Amino acid sequence: MAEVLVLADVVDGAVGKPTFELLTIANRLGSPVAIVAGNASSEIVEKLGSYGASTVLTSDDEVLASVTAGVVTLLESVVAARSPIAVLLASTAQGKEIAGRLGVRLDAGVLTDAVDVVASDGGVVVEQSVFGGSTVVHARATRGVPIITVRPNSVTPVESPVSPAVEAVSVAVEGQHAKVISQAAAAVGGRPGLTEASVVVAGGRGVGAAEKFALIEELADVLSAAVGASRAATDAGWYPHAAQVGQTGVTVAPQLYIACGISGAIQHRAGMQTAKTIVAINKDAEAPIFELADFGVVGDLHVVVPQLIDEIRKRKG
Amino acid sequence: MRIVACVKQVPDTWSEKRLDPADQTLDRAAADGVIDELDTYAVEEALRLKESHEGSTVVVLGMGPVPAAESLRKALTMGADEAVHVVDDALHGSDALATSLVLAKAIEHVGYDLVVLGSESTDARMGVMAAMLAERLGVPQASLASKVEVDGSMLRVQRTTANGQASIEAPLPAVVSVLEKINEPRYPSFKGIMAAKSKPMSTLSLADLGIDPSSVGLAAAATVVVDSMQRPPRGERTIVNDEGDGGMRIAEFLATQKLL
Repeated sequence: MAEVLVLADVVDGAVGKPTFELLTIANRLGSPVAIVAGNASSEIVEKLGSYGASTVLTSDDEVLASVTAGVVTLLESVVAARSPIAVLLASTAQGKEIAGRLGVRLDAGVLTDAVDVVASDGGVVVEQSVFGGSTVVHARATRGVPIITVRPNSVTPVESPVSPAVEAVSVAVEGQHAKVISQAAAAVGGRPGLTEASVVVAGGRGVGAAEKFALIEELADVLSAAVGASRAATDAGWYPHAAQVGQTGVTVAPQLYIACGISGAIQHRAGMQTAKTIVAINKDAEAPIFELADFGVVGDLHVVVPQLIDEIRKRKG
Repeated sequence: MRIVACVKQVPDTWSEKRLDPADQTLDRAAADGVIDELDTYAVEEALRLKESHEGSTVVVLGMGPVPAAESLRKALTMGADEAVHVVDDALHGSDALATSLVLAKAIEHVGYDLVVLGSESTDARMGVMAAMLAERLGVPQASLASKVEVDGSMLRVQRTTANGQASIEAPLPAVVSVLEKINEPRYPSFKGIMAAKSKPMSTLSLADLGIDPSSVGLAAAATVVVDSMQRPPRGERTIVNDEGDGGMRIAEFLATQKLL
């Protein structure tokens, strides 16, 4: 069966959910081959196998963990050796760096931020959601192996346990490179990462003050959600810029997005429009966010949200 | 230090955008063209690096049809020293690979120690140009910087995103892309607007850069849009006024959707 190459994202010795999503897609397209740029423990190999990786390629060259350009060279040699029908990476900063460089190196089509990938007669076709989610595009590569970055949360990971064959690969990293000197996962107080979270609770201008974001966080915590914010809220200094959802911030596509006191300017909609279910709470019945909402409440979030939190707690017992 | 800041003219961020049904490229006539907001952070960062490193110059570089010169002029009014505009009819519909080929040739033509870009363009939103340029130029890159420092011939970058933070080091020459949180772009002063009128703005064609026109443009693209459609309106919407039970009604909705 045709192979699909998946670059596994290993952070702090663990494989993340985005990698399982990539493997789930790869499993639909062909035979998933996972590549770990760095040491792969037996736990990691087993985890990758549980989502269908028939082969796990490992390279114990520690330099790969800190030099993106080295991972590109590794992928280049694996593509040459195995001729996969697609290369899948997560749509993260590093994933896009690698995809961009690999596209130039192989003169191959690069498709970013796919929300789905399907097989078709002409090869692999990706679905993208562009212009702030207002337009759905299907696109494919016209030459080379398609290099595809997939947005986290685009598919639900499906377990498909196999015992992977493990093969060692190696690469020579030469020349001048950017080097990651230190790295740390975001301290999010036990909350999931914004792009990976299944549920996002976001606050905007209507929240009114930095300390009132505690209410947004409380709602997020009863739903095990990540916290987002509109640009109005981050520009006002009420919440960190890293949490800004929108065209100039983070794009999220969770199962559930709850917009609290967010009017829904196109700037913001661009970052959340592809959420599966959208709930909005806003005082202004004319707010454009209600055009997107599956369920909306016209009212004061400072009244509605505490009641919602109580009700969720009651229902969850 | 010679700093090249790349600037793209895009449809106004706040406008509705659409694809031209004829060739599935962005309909640039449908909305006003403006300097990409995300690129103004790159120009600002280039200017700040120039101000803290004596003897530096900032060149703004853009590729696009004739009206794109407006965005380069805007960057000159902010304080950039010169502008270079790559304009050629054959470029229409160029994909990221072709764009990176043209920009890399232009950057080599202009000369550089550091190339600064925005994190992505607000229209295509791929976010791969810094990596592609670095690969073409054969130099290191650091993308999505939230802090940039140049110390001698070493570039030091902090990257803080929703998923964590990293410190990255790379020797110059290098390519860096910056996040919007890195700075507050300056407004052009009256003096800056007047001074910009006498700053050099040159244009380059594909022939000037030694690029074969058949290697760029829509026909040479390595990716193709198979089809596009407006997202259908969302299904049934329920909007209610809060009559003291708004929170409970949301909980009820979430429960029926199996989201609790």
